Amino acid sequence: MARVNFEGVSKAFDGVLAVDDLHLDVHDGELLVLLGPSGCGKTTALRMVAGLEDPTAGTVSIGDVVVNDVEPKDRDVAMVFQSYALYPHMTLRRNIEFPLRQQRVPAPERARRVEEAAGTLGLLDLLDRKPGQLSGGQRQRVALARAIVRDPQVFLMDEPLSNLDATLRIQTRADIVSLQRRLGTTTIYVTHDQVEAMTMGHRIAVMRDGRLQQVAAPQDLYERPANTFVASFLGSPGMNLVPASAERGAIIIEGTRIGLPDGTPTVAGPVTVGVRPEAATLAPEGIPASVLLVEQLGAETHVICALADGSRVVVRQEHRAVRPDLGESVAIRVDPLQLHLFDTDTGARLELGR
Amino acid sequence: MPATDTAVRPPAPAPPAARPPRRRHRRLRLVLRYTLLSIGAVVVLFPLYMAVVNSLLAPSQIAHQPPPFFPLHPQWGSYRKAWTEGDLAVYLRNSAIQTTIIVAGQLVTSVLAAYAFAFLEFPFKRTLFVVFLMTLMIPFEVTIATNLSTVSSLGWFNTFPGLTVPFLATGFGTFLLRQAFLQIPRDLREAAQLDGYGHFRFLWSVAVPLARPALAALGVFSFLSAWNQYLWPLLVTGNDNSVRTVQIGLKQLINTQLDQINVSLAGTVIAVVPLLILLVVFQKQLVRSLTSGAVK
Amino acid sequence: MSALRSRRHREWGLAYLLLAPALLIFAVFTFYPFLRNFKLALYQNPPYPGLPSHYVGLHQVGSVLASTSFHQSLVSTLLYVVMVVPVGLIGGLLLAVAAHKAIRGMAWFRLVFSSTVVTSVAVAAVVFGTLMDPVVGLLPWLGVNPHPAILENPTWALPAVSLIAVWQFLGLSFVIMTAGLQSLPDEVLEAARLDGAGGWTMFWRVTVPLLSPTLFFGLVVGTIYAFQSFGQIDILIGPQNSQFTHTDVLLYSVYQALSIQDNPGVAAVLSIVLFAILLVFTLAQLRFLERRVTYAGD
Repeated sequence: MARVNFEGVSKAFDGVLAVDDLHLDVHDGELLVLLGPSGCGKTTALRMVAGLEDPTAGTVSIGDVVVNDVEPKDRDVAMVFQSYALYPHMTLRRNIEFPLRQQRVPAPERARRVEEAAGTLGLLDLLDRKPGQLSGGQRQRVALARAIVRDPQVFLMDEPLSNLDATLRIQTRADIVSLQRRLGTTTIYVTHDQVEAMTMGHRIAVMRDGRLQQVAAPQDLYERPANTFVASFLGSPGMNLVPASAERGAIIIEGTRIGLPDGTPTVAGPVTVGVRPEAATLAPEGIPASVLLVEQLGAETHVICALADGSRVVVRQEHRAVRPDLGESVAIRVDPLQLHLFDTDTGARLELGR
Repeated sequence: MPATDTAVRPPAPAPPAARPPRRRHRRLRLVLRYTLLSIGAVVVLFPLYMAVVNSLLAPSQIAHQPPPFFPLHPQWGSYRKAWTEGDLAVYLRNSAIQTTIIVAGQLVTSVLAAYAFAFLEFPFKRTLFVVFLMTLMIPFEVTIATNLSTVSSLGWFNTFPGLTVPFLATGFGTFLLRQAFLQIPRDLREAAQLDGYGHFRFLWSVAVPLARPALAALGVFSFLSAWNQYLWPLLVTGNDNSVRTVQIGLKQLINTQLDQINVSLAGTVIAVVPLLILLVVFQKQLVRSLTSGAVK
Repeated sequence: MSALRSRRHREWGLAYLLLAPALLIFAVFTFYPFLRNFKLALYQNPPYPGLPSHYVGLHQVGSVLASTSFHQSLVSTLLYVVMVVPVGLIGGLLLAVAAHKAIRGMAWFRLVFSSTVVTSVAVAAVVFGTLMDPVVGLLPWLGVNPHPAILENPTWALPAVSLIAVWQFLGLSFVIMTAGLQSLPDEVLEAARLDGAGGWTMFWRVTVPLLSPTLFFGLVVGTIYAFQSFGQIDILIGPQNSQFTHTDVLLYSVYQALSIQDNPGVAAVLSIVLFAILLVFTLAQLRFLERRVTYAGD
């Protein structure tokens, strides 16, 4: 069993809470993404699993064993660092072999496992070179090889793609996903890039300021965000959030009444409404707005509009749609079935009653 | 890379019954570390500590076997003696003058030369740079034979000019400051040019303030080197006290106070205290200057 | 366009003006004396003061290089360097490794360990001279009672002086090693921890190899430092005894030739030898200043 559990884990640095009361279960065999902006605590949480940081409170368990007091090397985890952390003075072979030497694996078996790992990652020709002679993408693969050669219970990855250029990143992303699916090893993957998170993770745990916001499968996160932060963080561009007021059977945005056939808002009064750009269109009638900017992206166009109260709404158009002019007055129609309601103060999701 | 395959790995064999080793010996490791550190501190401080102890004992007590490690009745008279009879006050004054002149000279010449190398273009710039580089290869000890006669013939024997002038320029300082000046963004210089800043104004109002850390580092390093000089002051000071620095003064002190070891040690303590204060206040700058060649 | 040219010319003039003070000092007190050594070496001094020295060509150079006192001096210098530099570097490294952790009170320890950097040779000499004194020092209490006394002893004087130099060098060595340790990439060390490297393995297989540029720099700086040793020998042993006690290192021989024997020709020869040896080490140090050693593999 290689589950990883965080039970009430907190970590403070000089009185500042980097991780705040984290409860999270990572399922055996899944790739769980820790997603969030810089400083949200995701890397700290990862390092606590590795044993490079000690929790100030709470327990971390690997495979149902509490590991707070266990040395990093005895936890049977392997980590891929953002900077790859290769030993510059050793050849690739020695680099990949290093953890096995520490475990006193006999030489013939060592060699076999190194060749196997190197083969999986296409590094067999480069085994006698040193890291300084390799490209970024190759070094990344060496870091991965060093991790898989140990056959650990858990892989930990700290933004491994952030030092690669865009094309390489996409290619390597796919490689890591297929590797993980093939090996079936529990993996915790840290990133700030929501595209990576959406494409790679079985589930995503969104963090902010040290607190867990929501953990769910990518599609669930996208379709039912638990709060405004998650809603605006996922998706490119993020969900539009505008102030509105709710009443029986309808939402009113800027004086425009939108009937809700699906149900009734459970609260009345001011709310924050979320609507994704693809659920909004420019129509003859709807919420009045003026066009601030038109971004043409080839396959689609983003029309950035301003409502009377200053809120911004991005409308996604197909590339064949008629593009408005700057400053033009338009009307925005939103799909009532794809509206999300959030509490104005807390940002938490509000359900629609039936 | 092989095609995607969502086969889940068969469950790993049950881990061995032994629990993973506990980390409770973390505290033990900490205690060990503090012990090693303390031993190191004792080794390093011991000579100076004994110097202070012995400076506060009477000569007869110092000679006592086994040697005392703590002054039960500290005799502060040795310090007064070192100061007055040992002429330490004079030596300190001389050292202060000598060091101030050298530090000021090195700072000024290095700033000016570094500015030229960093911001100006001129013919033979590369050659002159190499010339400065070569001065780093000629250690001072190799020049004493001729410098002594030069200084003599200039009539500078046993004078402050004789003590200080050979050291007023430094290749090391020039490179240190040039490096600092080169960190200043080019645009800043060009913006200043557009605003009508001449070179001297730019140097004084922009370059020097921005290079302050390097200047501080150089200043501290120069101070240390100048204050602790031994060979040259030995060669250049004569038999009187007019310019004798504290380092040579210490030698003099031992020779005259042969059996008054406490006085010699008192003098030594007085001589080293200013530098220890310097270290405490300017530790960062000192470290920076000492390691400027080693790491980036 | 001539306005531009004259402005450029003014800039040239300014540049030369700025360089002039330093260049003047260098010319008079660095280059001229250095070059004059080559001339001085060729002139022998008469045994009586006041008479002019006469040209003997390379004869003087030859006789100095062949003399037993010169060989003795070289041996003493070599032994001295071998005793001071490795011990000082290792000591500094151990202290730096011990101090390389952010625990309470570490700043104080760092201050203490670097403190010998500010001690002058005179201070060290007096302090240790007292400790090593046969009558009032610590040695009799420790049961160490060599005859003659340690600082007048042909076998033990050099090691004693080396000890003093090691103590002084510890501060500088510590500072250099600490800077080196701080420059090591943290993530590589963490990866080693995760890979199971314990204290010893970590030190020998990871830390020391990564530190090799710093160790090399320390070696070069330390050797130059050792060659410049002078004050301790002068204060504790003196020109009369230095030969007898085998502490007449190269620089001290230069001083003796110059000041005591009033023989600038011989001093010049010895200076050139000293220069030649130091040149190798200063060149190594310069390669370091120029070359940026990036080891972390970007």
